[in-house]
Amino acid sequence: MTKELTPAEVQHIAQLAKLQLSEEEMKRFQLQLTETLKFIAHLDEIETEKILPTSQVSGNKDVFREDVIRPSLTQEQALSGAKRKHQGYFVTEAIF
Amino acid sequence: MNLNELSLTEVLEGIEKKRFSPQEIFADCQKRIKEVDEKTKAFITVIAETRNAIPFAIKDNFCTENIRTTASSNILRDYIPPYNATVYQRLIDAQFGLLGKTNMDSFAHGSSTETSDFFVTHNPWNLERLPGGSSGGSAAAVMADETIFAIGSETAGSIRQPSAWCGVVGLKPSYGRVSRYGVIAMGSSLDCPGPITKTVADAEIIYKTIAGKDPLDATTVDRSLVETSSFEPKKIRIGLAKEYLEVAEKPVRQKILEAAEVFRRLGCSVVEVSLFDPRYAISVYTILQRSEVSSNLARYDGIRYGSDRTYFNKENKRRIMLGTYTLSAGYYDAYYLKAQKIRTVICQDFEKAFEKLDVIIGPVSPSPAKRIGASTADPMFGEKEDVLVEPSTIAGLPAISLPAGFVDGLPVGLQIIGNRWQEDLILNLGKLFETETQYYKIKPKL
Repeated sequence: MTKELTPAEVQHIAQLAKLQLSEEEMKRFQLQLTETLKFIAHLDEIETEKILPTSQVSGNKDVFREDVIRPSLTQEQALSGAKRKHQGYFVTEAIF
Repeated sequence: MNLNELSLTEVLEGIEKKRFSPQEIFADCQKRIKEVDEKTKAFITVIAETRNAIPFAIKDNFCTENIRTTASSNILRDYIPPYNATVYQRLIDAQFGLLGKTNMDSFAHGSSTETSDFFVTHNPWNLERLPGGSSGGSAAAVMADETIFAIGSETAGSIRQPSAWCGVVGLKPSYGRVSRYGVIAMGSSLDCPGPITKTVADAEIIYKTIAGKDPLDATTVDRSLVETSSFEPKKIRIGLAKEYLEVAEKPVRQKILEAAEVFRRLGCSVVEVSLFDPRYAISVYTILQRSEVSSNLARYDGIRYGSDRTYFNKENKRRIMLGTYTLSAGYYDAYYLKAQKIRTVICQDFEKAFEKLDVIIGPVSPSPAKRIGASTADPMFGEKEDVLVEPSTIAGLPAISLPAGFVDGLPVGLQIIGNRWQEDLILNLGKLFETETQYYKIKPKL
């Protein structure tokens, strides 16, 4: 799994993560991400084919709650952190 | 003696006997902050009013209603939450009063408090040194007697490592013991709030105040806080983690060996134990944490609160980039799934060890506090620095860091790792050790 990341791959990851990177950042991350991938490559030494993954360690299963109305934020509170709002709505860039 | 220098246990006793009021303690802490915080730079926000309540500080990633909560990030520089984190709510319900919000690595991405977007916090033992992180502000504030106690949060090491480097007590409870509701998320399968205090006895009081099932966090567990029926030092089997000692610098190793002798003298049995090589944990942790970071930080779009994604700092971006890669199509199995499988191996390794042992001890950090600037050279500084706390975090185990002496004027932390849910056992052992050694009485001059 060790490999050198290409500039195109770094660009692709940045797009997936919605990050705008400068030329300098692209170059730096290409080097640093490759360095990190090399560091973690030693995990290949561990045979894991027959091992089940652990996604959580609390031991909880099927946590339910009563489906009842309880107090929540007011519209004013929910909008209190928004930089742009209009008639009680969040304002976003057009998606389509 | 100024009241800000007291431990929580002493404060509670003094109030009970009406020797002073909570308001007087609050005022003394505020005075101390005015005097020394320009040196330690532990606080981001200090509350102006003097309350009639026992004061505490909380890391700035816990949401506090109508009080700015930044996670030391430019994205949340002006964020005012409309609700309280459960941990904070439980503390104010228990009549504690907020002194202020403490500095941290931005979004908790680090082990130095150097990646804060605002300023660096300084270690009270040596202002040229790092306090550790990410809860560096909380640990420094406790050691500098700017507060009676503080709250931190840990993904891997962020409570224990700064506690060790600053010479205070830090408890990381089992994953699921303490609610994450209202804590700005980093790695959701790992995150765990906990107390940072002057003594182990204090940590126990705060742990019992904040722990327990929370309907607002489905990962919290509904079970008794006391798992062991009695505590007899002579029956306690301690494992001294061989590989952990090997990773530590020699003077640190020496302090831990001395701590093991203290436990032997107190009647415990101490045997060497070999655990799964902690260096694999660095890689497992790196993958899990950065994957979960990339997912959690996807919410910062600048629409509902905070600023847009151009405000992430370079450490935030580096983590989001790697996590996005390890979760992306074609790489999920090779990285995230692989790491989750080795997580199983690490859990099983501890389970096996705890068949014959009650607790495991070792160093918290390979070295005492490093110099300011140390974190900037290595893109994996935090992960490598936290090598000795990552395995227990990955397995969701409780662990405590407590003072075990000094190397060249800098404190060294002893780590006691317990089996899952056995906080009471590691707290009892910690209290035994601190009563015997009393390192908490030694304080830096500021």
